[in-house]
Amino acid sequence: MKSKMTTREKTFWAITIPVVLLFFTFNTLPMLKGFMYSFTNYRGYGGYDYVGFRNYKDLFTDLRVGKSYLFTFKYALVGTVLVNVLSLIMALGLNSQIRFKSALRGIYFVPNILGGLVIGYIFSFFFTYIVPAVGNALNISWIQNSILASEKYAWIGVLIVGVWQAVATNTIIYISGLQTVPEDVYEASNLDGATKWQEFWKVTLPLVIPFLTINLVLSTKNLLMVFDQIMSLTKGGPAQSTESISYLIYRNGMDGGQFGFQSANAVIFFLVIVGITVAQLTIMNKKEEQL
Amino acid sequence: MKEEKRTNWVLTVVLILGTITVFFPLYMAFIIAFKQPSEMTNDVAGALAFPSTWSFENFRQAMEVTDFWRSLGNSLLITIATIVIAIVIHSIAGYAIGRGMAERKGFKFIYLYIVSGMFVPFAILMMPLVKQTAQMGLGNRLGVILLYVVFYMPMNVMLYTGYLKNIPLALEEAAYIDGATTWTTYWKVIFPMMSPMHATVAILTALGTWNDVMTPLVIMSGTGINTLPLAQLNFQTQFGTNYNLAFASYILALIPILLFYIVCQKQILNGVANGAVKG
Repeated sequence: MKSKMTTREKTFWAITIPVVLLFFTFNTLPMLKGFMYSFTNYRGYGGYDYVGFRNYKDLFTDLRVGKSYLFTFKYALVGTVLVNVLSLIMALGLNSQIRFKSALRGIYFVPNILGGLVIGYIFSFFFTYIVPAVGNALNISWIQNSILASEKYAWIGVLIVGVWQAVATNTIIYISGLQTVPEDVYEASNLDGATKWQEFWKVTLPLVIPFLTINLVLSTKNLLMVFDQIMSLTKGGPAQSTESISYLIYRNGMDGGQFGFQSANAVIFFLVIVGITVAQLTIMNKKEEQL
Repeated sequence: MKEEKRTNWVLTVVLILGTITVFFPLYMAFIIAFKQPSEMTNDVAGALAFPSTWSFENFRQAMEVTDFWRSLGNSLLITIATIVIAIVIHSIAGYAIGRGMAERKGFKFIYLYIVSGMFVPFAILMMPLVKQTAQMGLGNRLGVILLYVVFYMPMNVMLYTGYLKNIPLALEEAAYIDGATTWTTYWKVIFPMMSPMHATVAILTALGTWNDVMTPLVIMSGTGINTLPLAQLNFQTQFGTNYNLAFASYILALIPILLFYIVCQKQILNGVANGAVKG
């Protein structure tokens, strides 16, 4: 038996080592290279020199980078709140005593399986032609022109599409959370004479907190990395008002001759995502413990 | 008690009406795809009324312009190859790491190393990866498949090791006593037992890769190889202002995944819920 266990362990290593090498080559190695490039003035071609922390210093004074962080954070913050409020409401509805339950659940999930790029193109037409036509007919001035062409409102267009797609996933996750709440908990709260409102805040919500955690982390991360919808709806415009961090890194890093500079941007972006996720998990864990 | 079990008809009706938010954009795309440019007047009816004739001409033309069948083939190839490789490699890695973790610290470290990859955004890997894949001759479909296998490794390994905790060790020990090696035990005993997780992994990986634009966009740029979403992006200029042609192409791009969803709806919803909850 003892020698058997050793061959067993050898087999485990024989499987694990090639897998780790593969992971290292296409994940860790490019990340280390990106880190290295962030200290250079590399343009994506030709030679380069090491410039120390200059890219990082420049990041904090670069207006375009600052603008992209403002847009991305505004988008992710408003988006996360909207997505979670809407999907929790949807989940409560879809989990109650209704007819055609599975059909309705199926339909409301459709936006999520469709690709963000094509959906963006479809919505782009909707915002450019349908909404202004409605605006003209009803005489609502701020939508008489395409909101995607407005520096002030274009982000709302991107937000609507992002939320439309993200609500679908989070709803499914909240539904599976609601299903873990045992029926007798509700019966008990009914006997105690709790109103539906009290029941939600005192009984349902505390019990689905772990699912709220998952959904907060998932939706924030996905919204922060927004790319496809930008590509098809606004291309970052007008006047860079909807340029997300991912889109800026792609645009200027790949074609704009800012390989080194945008690598520094990507490193900061990575740290921001890790920081936000860890913060969310810590806060939510505390909340879970309190209950 | 009886009252509670009664169907809430008001809510049912509200939820049915709410599906307009899902159907409306699709309806609009569908209607426009069947129209002629001359039917597109500048009011709401111009876009939303039925076409005067139902002709598939736009679809035929869109297929020609975007080289539909080849793009579809590429998307299918990339997605299916990724799923198959992911199920084989990620499940066995999840097994080796998961079982190894119980006995040796080294595997625990490797587990954390791989799973932490979940936090790495594509943006930081993108530029170095484009250089690296080009140097390795992987600026093609094979490269995209390989990258997907790596990108989905953290999530899938975590799902598999998590699932493995439910499979008792005694089953493997029984196989050892019968003289089987670890390798054969895995394929004969463990791999089939992980079927529910294979389904979850397949669905999550499929949804992610099928709709992904960024990876093929940067890795295969300049090769002329398109996936289905990439073709929509690359042929924008050719659609020009012919929205009818463009929408026919969008509808064509959406149909395969919609069909897949209609057939596997239950598994997909379960997969998404499982993936998130176990992860």
